[in-house]
Amino acid sequence: MADSPKLILPDVPGLRNIETYMQHGGYGETLRKVFTMSPTAVTDEVKKSGLRGRGGAAFPTGLKWSFMPKGNEKKKYLLVNGDESEPGSFKDRQIFEFNPHQMIEGILIASYAMQIDHAYIYIRGEYEHWIKMVRQAVAEAYDRGVVGPRMKDTFKPSGDGIAYSVDITVHKGAGAYIVGEETAMMSSLEGDRGYPRVKPPFPAASGLWHSPTTINNIETLANVPVILKMGGDAYSKIGDPKHPGTLLFGVSGHVNKPGVYELPTGTTLLDIINKHAGGVPGGKKIKMVIPGGSSMPPLRGEQLEGVKMDAENLKAAGSAIGTGGIMVMDEDTDIIKVLTRISKFYAHESCGQCTPCREGTGWLLKILQRFEQGNAREEDIDLLHDVAFNIEGRTICALGEAAAWPVRFTVERFREVFEQRVKPGLKIGSPNRVHALRKGGLEPVQIHVPMVERV
Amino acid sequence: MAIFSNEELQEFTELQKRYGKPAATLLPVLWRIQEKRGWIDSDAMEEAAAICQVPKSHVEGVVQFYTMFFDKPMGRFHVQVCTNVSCMLRGGEELYNHVRQQLGIENHGRTENGIFSLEEVECMGACGGAPMMALNDTFYECVTTEEASKVLAETQRAGVNPKPKFVAQLPELSEAANR
Ligand SMILES: Cc1cc2nc3c(=O)[nH]c(=O)nc-3n(C[C@H](O)[C@H](O)[C@H](O)COP(=O)(O)O)c2cc1C
Ligand code: SF4
Ligand code: FES
Repeated sequence: MADSPKLILPDVPGLRNIETYMQHGGYGETLRKVFTMSPTAVTDEVKKSGLRGRGGAAFPTGLKWSFMPKGNEKKKYLLVNGDESEPGSFKDRQIFEFNPHQMIEGILIASYAMQIDHAYIYIRGEYEHWIKMVRQAVAEAYDRGVVGPRMKDTFKPSGDGIAYSVDITVHKGAGAYIVGEETAMMSSLEGDRGYPRVKPPFPAASGLWHSPTTINNIETLANVPVILKMGGDAYSKIGDPKHPGTLLFGVSGHVNKPGVYELPTGTTLLDIINKHAGGVPGGKKIKMVIPGGSSMPPLRGEQLEGVKMDAENLKAAGSAIGTGGIMVMDEDTDIIKVLTRISKFYAHESCGQCTPCREGTGWLLKILQRFEQGNAREEDIDLLHDVAFNIEGRTICALGEAAAWPVRFTVERFREVFEQRVKPGLKIGSPNRVHALRKGGLEPVQIHVPMVERV
Repeated sequence: MAIFSNEELQEFTELQKRYGKPAATLLPVLWRIQEKRGWIDSDAMEEAAAICQVPKSHVEGVVQFYTMFFDKPMGRFHVQVCTNVSCMLRGGEELYNHVRQQLGIENHGRTENGIFSLEEVECMGACGGAPMMALNDTFYECVTTEEASKVLAETQRAGVNPKPKFVAQLPELSEAANR
C-alpha cells in the first residue's frame, strides 16, 4: 500500500502554485524535450504508454490523437472536458484544486502533438470555486510565458525543433449533465443549447466550428506530462498492462473514509473499499456497488471478490470502469429507492432529441416509482427490463445506455428485490443513511488526498 | 438596454476574439448578466442577443436549457441541496427536507424577504463530502441538519454566509484570473 505511485496528486504541499510546481520540475526539462521531438513522436510516446481516457469510455488516448488531420491548413482545437457531472464522480475537482498546472502542461503537450493552437477548458458552472483556481493557474502560466504567444521565446527550440505556442481559455458551464458528452460540449461552447450531435462526422473530422477537434478528460491530460517524463514504456508497466497507470478513485456512500484515492489500475475493488476507504460503517455487509459512476452496471456484494478496477477486468466482471466513481451501499440499503433516484436523474437530464431516450427514461422512472410506492405488479419487473433494453443502441448519444444500464442490470442481478416488492403489504425502507453516525463520533473525512490543508 | 458599460462591452469584444465567433460568448455574457441582476429578464436576453449576434429566441432557448440560469428572481442566497445517490446514502434527502421546512418554501421557491431560494439539485461533485448543501458558490460538505440550520440562521442574521468547515482554500486571485 505504501508504494503506490502518486502521479497525479503527489504529496507536495502547495503544488498548485506555479513556483512550487516549477521547483518540482514542472514546465521544465520534459516540456523542452517535447518541443524538440516531432509531433508524431510525442503521440507515439503516448501510444506506447497505453494511456486510456479517464472520462468514461477508456478509449486509447494516443490513438485518438492520431485521428487528427496533420498539417496546418485548418484551425484545430483541443476541448478539455472538466464537466464532471456524473453522480458519484468528484475526481477532476481534486486536480483543479491540488495540481492544475500538471493538467495545463498536459494540455500544452497534447496541443503540440496535434499542432493545435487553441485549447478550451470547459468546467461545470457549479464548480465556480474551482474554476477560479484554474483561471488563476492559467493566468500564472501566461504571466510566466509558459502558455500563450511568449512560449515561442520561453521554449526556444534548439536544432530542428518547432517554435510553438498555444492559447488556453477557461469556459464556465451553466448546469447540464448532457454537456459532458463530447459533441454536446461542442454545441454548448459554440453558444447553443448543449445538444449532442449525430456521429459521424466524428470530432476529429468536424468538431468545434466544423474544425478538427480532440476532446479529452482532465485526468487523461494530467497523465500526459508524467508519460513524457518517464517514457511511455515505463508508464505502461504501472498497474494493469491493458489499462496502465494510476486512477483517481472517488469512493462515496457507505464507507468510513469517503474520498479520492489515487491507486494503480488493477487494484481490487475490495482493497479500495476496505483498506483505503476504511471499510463499511458498523462492519456491515455490502449489498451493492456501482463501480464507475451512476451510469455503470451495479455489482452485487457477493460478486466483488477478486474484482479488479480497470477497464478490461471490470468488463469481465460484468460492469465498466466509467469515471472510477465507486458508490458503496451496505446491506440495509433500499436498492429500489436508489435506482429510482438514478432514473429520476436521467429522466431529468435527457435532452429530449431521441424518442427512445426521452420517453424511455420517463417510463423507467414511472415504473420504478410504482415499485417504490408499493404499487407495482409482477409484470412490471419484465417491463422494466424490456424498456431499459430497448433504449440501448437506439439513441444519438450514450446517455441512453447510461440511463438503461443501471436499471437493466439491477433487475438482472437483484430480481428477488423486485419480486419481494410486488408482494402486498410490504414495508418500504429508507436508503439507510449513515449521516446520523457522525454524531456518534465518526470523523468526517472529506476529500482524502494527502496534502489537504483545511481550515 | 444598457446593462453593460462601454468598457464591459469592450471586454466582450476582446473575449470574442478568443472564440472566433461572437455567439460562443453567450454563456459568459449570460453569466455576467446574472451576476449583475440576479436573474435574466427579457430585456437582458435582448441585450445578450445583440452582443452575441444571435436571435433573441436563441437566447431564450439557451437560458431555459441550463439549470443554473434563472428566468425569474431568486433569493440573494440560492440554497442547493443534493439528493442524488451518494448524498442520499448519507442523508441527503433528510437534509433537503430539513432545509425545506426551515425555509418554509418548496423547490424553486423563494422566501418572502427575498433572502433565500431553494433547489433540490443533482450531483454537484461533492459526493465524497456527502451530504452537501451549497449557498450560491459556497459548498458545505459533510453537513448535519443542525449545522445546516446554523448556516441558514447565520446567513439570515449577518447578510453573508459563514465560512464552511471544510473548504478548498482559494489562492489570492490576480486580475488576470478572469482572462
Ligand atoms: C452523457 C454523457 C456524459 C459525459 N460526461 C462526461 C464528463 O462529465 N466528463 C468527461 O470527461 N467525459 C464525459 N463523458 C465522456 C465524453 O463524451 C468523452 O468521451 C470524454 O470526455 C473523452 O475524454 P477521454 O478520451 O480523455 O476519456 C460523457 C459522456 C456521455 C455520453
Ligand atoms: S440519447 Fe438522450 S440525451 Fe442523448 S441525444 Fe438522445 S435524447 Fe439527448
Ligand atoms: S451525489 Fe451529491 S454531490 Fe454527488
